[in-house]
Amino acid sequence: MFSRTVYCGAKAATAHVARYQLRCFSQFPLSVPINLPNGLEYEQPTGLFINNKFVPSQQHKTFEVINPSTEEEICHVHEGREDDVDIAVDAADKAFTNGSWSTIEPAERGQALYRLADYIEKDADIFASIETLDNGKAISNSKIDVQLVINYLRYCAGAAGKFDGRLIDTGKTHFSYTRKEPLGVCGQIIPWNFPLLMWSWKIGPALAAGNTVVLKTAESTPLSALYACKYVARAGFPPGVVNIVSGFGKIVGEALSVHPKVKKIAFTGSTATGIHIYQNAASTLKKVTLELGGKSPNIVFADADMAATVQNIIMGIYFNAGEVCSAGSRVYVEESAYDSLVDQFVKASESLKVGDPFDETTFQGAQTSQNQLSKILGYVDIGKKEGATLLSGGERVGDKGFFVRPTIFGDVKESMRIVKEEIFGPVVTVTKFKTLDEVVDLANDSQYGLAAGIHTTNINNAIKVSDRLKAGTVWINTYNDFHHAVPFGGFNASGIGREMGQEAFDSYSQVKAVRAKLQ
Amino acid sequence: MLLYQELTLPSGQKYSQPLGLFINNEFVPSSNGSVLITENPGTGKVITSVQAADPVKDVDRAVKCARKAFKSWKSVSLIEKREMFFRLAQLVQDNIDLLSQVESLDSGKPVKTNAREDVEAVADTLKYLAGWIDKTGGDAFSPAKGKLCYTLHQPLGVVGCIIPFNFPLSMMSWKWTAIAAGNTTVFKSAHQTPLSILVFAELVARAGFPQGVFNVVSGQGDSVGTALVRHLGVDKIAFTGSTRVGQLIQRNASVNLKPVTLECGGKSPIIVFEDADIDEAVKWAAFGIFYNMGQICSGTSRCFVQRSRYEEFLIKLVAFTKESFPVGAPEDPDSVVGPQITRDQQIKVFSYIKGAISQGCRIILGGPELPNIIADDERHNGGFYVGPTILADAEPHYRVVQEEIFGPVLSVGQFDDYEDAMRISNDSQYGLGASVFTQSIAQAHQFADEVESGMVWINSSNELDYHMPFGGVKMSGHGRELGKYGLLNFTNVKAVYVNYCKL
Repeated sequence: MFSRTVYCGAKAATAHVARYQLRCFSQFPLSVPINLPNGLEYEQPTGLFINNKFVPSQQHKTFEVINPSTEEEICHVHEGREDDVDIAVDAADKAFTNGSWSTIEPAERGQALYRLADYIEKDADIFASIETLDNGKAISNSKIDVQLVINYLRYCAGAAGKFDGRLIDTGKTHFSYTRKEPLGVCGQIIPWNFPLLMWSWKIGPALAAGNTVVLKTAESTPLSALYACKYVARAGFPPGVVNIVSGFGKIVGEALSVHPKVKKIAFTGSTATGIHIYQNAASTLKKVTLELGGKSPNIVFADADMAATVQNIIMGIYFNAGEVCSAGSRVYVEESAYDSLVDQFVKASESLKVGDPFDETTFQGAQTSQNQLSKILGYVDIGKKEGATLLSGGERVGDKGFFVRPTIFGDVKESMRIVKEEIFGPVVTVTKFKTLDEVVDLANDSQYGLAAGIHTTNINNAIKVSDRLKAGTVWINTYNDFHHAVPFGGFNASGIGREMGQEAFDSYSQVKAVRAKLQ
Repeated sequence: MLLYQELTLPSGQKYSQPLGLFINNEFVPSSNGSVLITENPGTGKVITSVQAADPVKDVDRAVKCARKAFKSWKSVSLIEKREMFFRLAQLVQDNIDLLSQVESLDSGKPVKTNAREDVEAVADTLKYLAGWIDKTGGDAFSPAKGKLCYTLHQPLGVVGCIIPFNFPLSMMSWKWTAIAAGNTTVFKSAHQTPLSILVFAELVARAGFPQGVFNVVSGQGDSVGTALVRHLGVDKIAFTGSTRVGQLIQRNASVNLKPVTLECGGKSPIIVFEDADIDEAVKWAAFGIFYNMGQICSGTSRCFVQRSRYEEFLIKLVAFTKESFPVGAPEDPDSVVGPQITRDQQIKVFSYIKGAISQGCRIILGGPELPNIIADDERHNGGFYVGPTILADAEPHYRVVQEEIFGPVLSVGQFDDYEDAMRISNDSQYGLGASVFTQSIAQAHQFADEVESGMVWINSSNELDYHMPFGGVKMSGHGRELGKYGLLNFTNVKAVYVNYCKL
C-alpha cells in the first residue's frame, strides 16, 4: 500500500510531479494529514463515503483540491465516477428498503441528527478552518457557517415526526387520512459557496423525513463534508443512509440525475445546470428541487435610515465575497438620496479588508477558484466596455490568490449585461429611480426572482412593495438575513421549491391518502 | 431547619435529598416553618419531611419570582431555550438511576418495571418539546387588497401547575409544555410525593434555566393549591388530579377568570367484540388496569365482553394476570404491582371490592386483603398493597362500574351487540379513554367516532405517544396535553390586522 503524506503548501514543482505519480499508482490513501495555516492539524478523509466507510474510487482516480488564497494544492481526494455512483445509490437504496432508517421512530432519526450536530460542535474549530482553507472565505464567516450548520441539524432533528399527515373529515361514511412518506434515495448536488452549510441544508430535511442520500460535493470544495462523515457512523446513522461521492458535475452529477433508483434530485447551482438537471430528471420523473441563480434588487427609499442601509447594502453584495445566490447585486436608490448614499457606500466599500482569510480581521477572503476570478474580472471589462462608470474597485488584489476588490458600477443602463447577468462576485450596480411603480418594474425586470431588499421606514411602502416583488424572499431593512425556520427559494428562473422552514420537509416526502369506506 | 437530608435508598445507595421550597433556582425554607411528612408506601414508614409552603407568603413569593422571570424569559432566544431543554434532558438521562429510585421510594412505583420508564419518558418528553420551540408561530394571510393579517402565538405569563402522585415526574414533564411555550411556572407537587421533583429541580438550575422560570412549592392541595389557584398574579392553572378537586379549581379560578385545563378522573371502558383477537385483548385489558397499581386516570377499569367470548376471556385474563403482574416491593426488580399510594387509598380500594361482592360480583382473582406474598414479608407488610383483583359478572349500574376506584381492580361484564356496547360505554359521567377490540375495520372506526371520550384505543389500551393529545370530555375534564395541541393550552392567540391602504 503506497502511502505518503501531503503537506498544505507543498512546493509547486514537487506537487506537479506528485500529481502525475498519484494518477499512476493504484492506491491513494484514504486520508492525509493536513497542517492548517493557523497552526491546527487534522486528518482529512479523502475517500468516497459509502455504507459508513471511506472507500477508494473504483477507477482509482483522484483530483486536486486547491487553496484559493495561495493557489497551491491542499491535497488530492478520490474522484467518483459512474460506477461509484452506482455503488453509492445501491447502498442508499438497500438502506432505504431495509427500513433501518425509513421506518424507525422519527425520534430516533432526530437523535442521530442531534448527535451529529454535537460532534460537529465539539470539533467546530477544525471545521471552520477546513472551510476557509478549501473555499477561501474569511475565517470569521466560516465560524458563523459552522454554527449555522450545528443549529440547522438540530432544527431538523427536532422536526422529525412533527410534520405528518392529517385526518380529513368527510362525514360518517368514510375514514380518511393522509400519510407523509419519504421518497427513497435522494441525489443531492451542492455548490462551493457554503460547502458545509449547503451540505446541512440538503441532508438535514432529507434524513429527518426518512430518506437516504447520495450527495455530490462541488469539485472545488470537497473537504468539509468528507470530514463530517467521520462522525456519521458514531452518530448512529445505519450504513448506506448517508453517502458522499466527490467528483465532477458532468460525471457524478449527471449520473445521479439519470439513475433510475434515485427518486429525487436536489440541486443548488447555476440556472443553466439546473435546467439540464431538470431535463435529465424528467425521463424517470424524479421529484426535483432547484436553488439557482439570482440578480436580486436592493431598493432604497429616501426615508430609509441611511447609516443602517449602507451596512445592509454592503452585507447584501459583499457578504461571502459576493458568492451568494441571493446577493443584492442591483441597487436602486430613490433619486433624492442617491448622491449621499452612493458616496457613503463607496467609502464603506473601500474600507473593507480584503486578504488572508485566516486573519480574524479580514472581511473578504478569496474567490473560490480561478474560473470564478476570471469570470468576475471579465464582467468588469464588459461593464467598462458597455459604458458604465466604475465608481470603486474593479481590479484584482495582489498576484497570488483569487482576491478581487469590492466593485461598484454607476451610470448603468438596465439593458447592460452587468445589470442582467449573474456575476457571482463582489460587483454591484447602482441606479436612480423616481417613483415606487418605476422601481417595482425595474426590480421585476429579470428572469430571476430569488430575493429582494427594501429599505424604508414607511410601513405602507414596505408591505406594498414586498407584495408586488417577484422574489422568493423579500428582506425589509436588512439583507442576506437568514433564519432556519424561514423558507428560502426562488421564483421563475431562480428555481423550484424551498429550503429551510417547514416547507423543506414537504419536498422530501410524498402524500399518501388513505380512504376507507365504513359500511 | 434542614434544607437537605442524607437519605438511604432501599438499594443501599445514599443521596442528598433537597427539602426546601425551590424558588428562583434556590432551595429555601418555608416562611412559617411548617413541614410535610412523606411516607414510603412500600413499608408504611415515614421517609422524611419537607418544607411546606406558607399558602400566603411563599406562594406569593414564588409567583412574584415567576412574574419577574417572565419578562426576561420572553427575550431569551428560541435557540437558547431549545438548548436548555436538550441539556436538561441529558441531565435527566445522566441521573436516571437516582431519579428512578427516589421516584420509586416516594410513590411505591416498582423501580425497574415502572419508575425507570417514567424517567426515560421525562427525558424523551423534554426532547420532544425542545423540537417544537424553534418551530412555532401562527398564520399569515392577505384577505383583501391593502390588508395583511397574522396571528401571534404568545405565552400567557405565570402558569400554576398542580400535579398528582401517580406519575410525579412524568406528569411534571407534560406541564413543561408551559415553559416551552414561553411561560414561567409555579409547580405544586402532590402532598404524597414531594421528593423527586426537588431532586429534579437541581438539574433545572444546572441546565442553565434562568431563575424564576421553574419554581416548586410543596404542600397540601387545599391550602397551597387553593392559594395558587386564587392568586391574582397567576395567569393560568394546569391541573391533573381528581374530578372533585378539578371542580373546586374551576370555581376558584373564576376569581380573575384565569383559564384552566383539567385532567381529571376516568372510568374508561374496554369493549371486547366476539371477533377480537382474545389473547391480545387479554394482555391489554390487564395492562390497562394493573399497570401502575391501577393508579391511572385513563385506566380501562370496566371491561365488557360480547357474550359468546365471555368465559374464555375471563379464564385467559386470570391466567395472564397471575403470570405477568406479580405483586412485590417497589425495590424488587421483578415486581410489577407495588403498593397503593397511601393507607387511605388501600382501605378505599378494599372497600370497593367488598361492596362489589355484596352487589353481586364474583371475585375470580385477588380480593380485599393484603396479598399473601406481602403478608408474609415483615419488612413490607406495613405497606399499602392491594393485589390485582378481577370482579366478574359486573352490571353497568354497580358502584364499581360507575365510580373511579383508582386501584388494581377490573370489573368485567357482558354485552349483546354493538348498540348495547356503545350504550354501556357512554353510560358514565366520565369520558377520558375508551378501548375497543375488534378485527372489523368499520366497527372499530365507528366505535372511535361514536364513543364519548377524549381518547380511543383500537386494539390496545393506554398507549401513550407524546405526539398525541391527552385529555377527556365530560367529568374527565377539558383541555389537551402533549402534541401540538398541548402547546395551544399555554398560548394566547393574538390576531393582528395591518391596514396599509386608505379608507
